[in-house]
Amino acid sequence: MIVGEQKPLEEITASLGGARRVVVAGCGTCVTVCLAGGEKEAQLLASALRMATALAGAPVAVSDVTVQRQCEWEYLDAIRDPVKAADAVVSLACGIGVQAMARHFADTWVVPGLNTTFLGLPEQQGIWTEQCQCCGNCMLAQTGGICPIARCSKQVQNGPCGGSENGLCEIKRVVRDHGVPVTRTDARGKQVPVTEDVECAWHLIHERLKAKGRLDLITGLMPAKDWSTSRDGGPRRIVREDLLLLDEG
Amino acid sequence: MSTSNGFKSGSTLERMLRAGHFAVTGELGPPQSCDSHHIREKCGHLKGVVDGVNVTDNQTAVVRMSSLGASVIAVQEGLEPVMQMTCRDRNRLAMQADYLAAYALGVRNMLALTGDHQSFGNHPTAKNVHDLDSLQQLRMLKELRDEKRFQCGDPVKGQEPRFFVGAAAAPEAHPVEWRPQRLAKKAAAGADFVQTQLVYNVPAFKKYMEEVRRLGVHEELSVLVGVGPLKGPAMARHMRDHVPGITVPEHVIERIEGAAAGIPPEEKAERQKAWKAEGIRMCIELIQELREIEGVAGVHVMAIEWEEAVEPIVRGAGLLPRPGV
Repeated sequence: MIVGEQKPLEEITASLGGARRVVVAGCGTCVTVCLAGGEKEAQLLASALRMATALAGAPVAVSDVTVQRQCEWEYLDAIRDPVKAADAVVSLACGIGVQAMARHFADTWVVPGLNTTFLGLPEQQGIWTEQCQCCGNCMLAQTGGICPIARCSKQVQNGPCGGSENGLCEIKRVVRDHGVPVTRTDARGKQVPVTEDVECAWHLIHERLKAKGRLDLITGLMPAKDWSTSRDGGPRRIVREDLLLLDEG
Repeated sequence: MSTSNGFKSGSTLERMLRAGHFAVTGELGPPQSCDSHHIREKCGHLKGVVDGVNVTDNQTAVVRMSSLGASVIAVQEGLEPVMQMTCRDRNRLAMQADYLAAYALGVRNMLALTGDHQSFGNHPTAKNVHDLDSLQQLRMLKELRDEKRFQCGDPVKGQEPRFFVGAAAAPEAHPVEWRPQRLAKKAAAGADFVQTQLVYNVPAFKKYMEEVRRLGVHEELSVLVGVGPLKGPAMARHMRDHVPGITVPEHVIERIEGAAAGIPPEEKAERQKAWKAEGIRMCIELIQELREIEGVAGVHVMAIEWEEAVEPIVRGAGLLPRPGV
């Protein structure tokens, strides 16, 4: 699923550009499942915005509405009236939903309420990890179902590099809260980022292929990757002739 | 140059290894400034002592003078550079453009590296490139030289870059059992020589080399073992506890600790002097021990920000004067 995390309230408030009537729009699909931008979160954010703007002495009328998917026109059509009545929309969808909303309601100011973080899965309640970077040329068949493009810190395709130790990558991940690095005070009284361990994807690949008796898959050289199927080829598009609706008449 | 007596590059390092001499390489970190005198001074410590000097490429992800620029200064100083090229900062276009420039300016050895992650350095918010990984870079270098074509397949229109191609190896990194296999992959990808991570644990390295020999990889590329003098117990413990792919046996720590045993703690300078002298002695003994291992073709002496230690180490190991090739 697409995983997102709400932006800090101050950032959202600042992005409203002085709007007096605001709609917070939730999305009922991925961001509902990852508890970042569904109906409940839309209601909570609307309430928080009302309070924050009232406390700041410039109260804003905030309502909320949630649709099944903000990335499909037919669902957006259903909220045309509340959106048209507002000066601004805070979309709690992923970046796709925000853009769909901005395109569909060209006269309305649309801002994101989330940071779209990655394509991933819930490891357990409250923890999500990245799994896919949409490189457009899936190599999971060669790597035992573990993606080095999304999960190796250096996207090494012939790993593991020399930084793998006890199943962990040599780098540490900066722990974030609403996208902002969490810090702690170190022994010298200096603020430093809180970090956590990162699994070495190539360690996992090696272990899995070994268990499956398929280390032969990584014995040969994985040649230079064709990144043109990735973002590097420009914005991507798929056209399926078999699905196109023919213009009747 | 391209038809010179069957040499791939004709570099001193290649000639030295081909002639069967025990090779010695060193390391030169470019400055975090434009000060070329800094590089020339370091070159002075290493000239005539090593066969080639690794010129690092934004090592530990800290911005420094480019490895190309500093390599050219080394050439001017009469020292042969082993230019490092990381996959972190350049895509395949930029790498190849720099190969062409480097060769035209007299660089003959190129070392392909993945590169330290930017989060370790002074620009942690930078975007990393990793268009290729180090093995793919090795293949690109080999194809440029042996097939005279760019990575895309287009021919080089004129003189091709003919580098003696190097790689790095981490014999003690995990999974340990995969490391000899990975070295074999690097040989197959195009590495002519490899320099290892610092070795302090000789039994572990011997085990690695046993497997390397079993795979026959030592006949496909030259293995230069990484060695480095310890400056004191703190450095030894840091290596042991914080550097992936390096193990430091207890007896090594005890010996460096013991070097300053009779000197009172307040005599800091004296203690440091004693540790450093012992660090150099230990490094010399280590080289002598590693040299006996079948398949070891040389040493890569890493005395980071301590270039003046290299000469006494190489001399002490009986490797001076360097043979003429």
